[in-house]
Amino acid sequence: MSETNERNTENIDYMTDSRPIAVGENTPGCKKRDPIVVAEDVTRSFGGINAVDVEYLEIPRHKITALIGPNGAGKTTLFNLLTGFDTPNTGKWQFEGNSLAGVSSYKVARMGMVRTFQLTKVMGKLTVMENMRLGAADQPGERLSKALFKGMWGGREKEITAQAHVLLEKFKLDAKKDDYAASLSGGQRKLLEMARSLMVKPKLVMLDEPMAGVNPALTQSLLDHIKNLKAEGMTVLFVEHDMNMVRHIADWVVVMAEGKVVAEGPPGEVMKNPAVIDAYLGAHHDVDLGDAEGIKVLEAELEADEESVVGTEDAGILSDIVETKKEDGK
Amino acid sequence: MDFGFIFSSALGELFSPTTAAYALAALGLAVHFGYSGLLNFGQAGFMAVGAYGFAISTLSFDAPFFLALIISILCSVIFAFILGIPTLRLRADYLAIVTIAAAEIVRYVVTTNQLTSVTGSANGLAAFENTFYAMNPFPEGSYMGMNNRDFFIRVVGWGLVIVCCVLVWLLMRSPWGRVLKGIREDENAVRSLGKNVYAYKMQALVIGGVLGALAGMIFTLPRGAVQPSNYGTELTFFLWTCLLLGGMATVLGPVIGAMIFWVVLSLTQSLLYGLIESGAVTWLTTVQAGQLRYILVGVALMLLMIFRPQGVFGNKKELAFA
Repeated sequence: MSETNERNTENIDYMTDSRPIAVGENTPGCKKRDPIVVAEDVTRSFGGINAVDVEYLEIPRHKITALIGPNGAGKTTLFNLLTGFDTPNTGKWQFEGNSLAGVSSYKVARMGMVRTFQLTKVMGKLTVMENMRLGAADQPGERLSKALFKGMWGGREKEITAQAHVLLEKFKLDAKKDDYAASLSGGQRKLLEMARSLMVKPKLVMLDEPMAGVNPALTQSLLDHIKNLKAEGMTVLFVEHDMNMVRHIADWVVVMAEGKVVAEGPPGEVMKNPAVIDAYLGAHHDVDLGDAEGIKVLEAELEADEESVVGTEDAGILSDIVETKKEDGK
Repeated sequence: MDFGFIFSSALGELFSPTTAAYALAALGLAVHFGYSGLLNFGQAGFMAVGAYGFAISTLSFDAPFFLALIISILCSVIFAFILGIPTLRLRADYLAIVTIAAAEIVRYVVTTNQLTSVTGSANGLAAFENTFYAMNPFPEGSYMGMNNRDFFIRVVGWGLVIVCCVLVWLLMRSPWGRVLKGIREDENAVRSLGKNVYAYKMQALVIGGVLGALAGMIFTLPRGAVQPSNYGTELTFFLWTCLLLGGMATVLGPVIGAMIFWVVLSLTQSLLYGLIESGAVTWLTTVQAGQLRYILVGVALMLLMIFRPQGVFGNKKELAFA
């Protein structure tokens, strides 16, 4: 028994690690106990508009960090800046202590910081398997000098294929491995892109809206995949609009608005933060309108809310609806 | 009309050195566009660089054959770098504009009168092929109805085509080729996986350009002359026709495409001339007929794009999602 416990400590460690993430207060730009990415004074402007203006930001290692914020808050631009797909106007930013200023995007990826794209990018006219193999690192056959001789890369190719098989099975794409990636559905492409980025064996996975356009039936398995990444010792940073997802899997939430980091903290805490509610969530964000209970709760909340018109004389057409409903009820 | 002659001359085109040169140059385009997505509209420029590089080093510097060959390949590599360094970081369309302009620049430079002593201006250069034919291992005589010189250039030309096809096939089945195909599909995605996209595109541009230079040499050697008018933009577009005929992302496609192109040209010309001479067609002169056959090639290409867009060897499935 104690043996299994010991063996699992390494696995369980990141999953159940409840030590505080931040050093001190959870304020925007706070220091982390163990940061993997540090950005300082990073700004990027497009024609006079500051798309990104981050004073100080640390991404905690071995945690799942969500980056949220309204449309145009600069989340994807920040992604591009961190991964070398775009260059900031000013600032310093580093990954595991190595400065990334002037480092091109492919080198950033080789350092272990791999991203996906908001608009999924799969190689349509390559098969799913070839897409996966393309992700693998250290394939000597990718050098022109060795490409002609199969003896020099055939062995590594077998390892890569085996690695790809394991991942495809996990992501339920193994039946599709010989199909062209262009024949996959939108959700399957998201899965393929994520699986492909894992072929690189990254330390930090950056997912840009992993849930956008994914069938709700797939959402749960995607969530599990992302959680499992943490168990395997990876750090995850993702952009997402789906608050349910953020609440379920994020250990830490960073909120951006108009290019700035306006709040940071554990999900429960951040979603109560007035600045966040104003900027993004809306006052009644924590009510689930999907079930019948939710509507009643919302109605009660609105009547109690001083700023709401429901239940007052100004309600107008809204009050009619409430009235008729009440009469029906009686 | 002498149908026997018409068909035998069409068959002769099948293995002519010009067809081999077109096949090689189109194979270079397949490496550029079919596999890497690089839009090169200046393949005629690469051929001109190869041909002039060989002719000038032989005539002006008395270089032996293999030295001249290496010089001409080096020239095409340098040409590829000059084109690639400023444009490969940009989108594909910029390369297209730059290559078409560069090919014209090459043609105009060798035509300038100031350089007549080196390039021969509009008349071009001649009598540089002796170092090549001096290596002819075939004694004089008749080989399948050809003299030993014609036979030698065919053996070398098609030998080169076979070797290059095998090399390209080996490269494209390797992980290196896979990265190239990935770049063709989406270069940012490949970049995000840690591959140096710029270096791969440059390597592909150089390899396709060297194939073009080799083609330029095979093209000029049997003629014994290199003239700027042979390397106009229409040559590039004939090469594209060959590539599209055969299938873009295939190894054999450009070769078969070049064969089809020349056989069809030869057949239409002989048939039209035959019809005119026999009096069956009175509304055409032989000069007009020569131009009409290129119109027919254009029509054939349009029909091909409509009814078999993937070319003869292309994979229909790859187009279904284009």
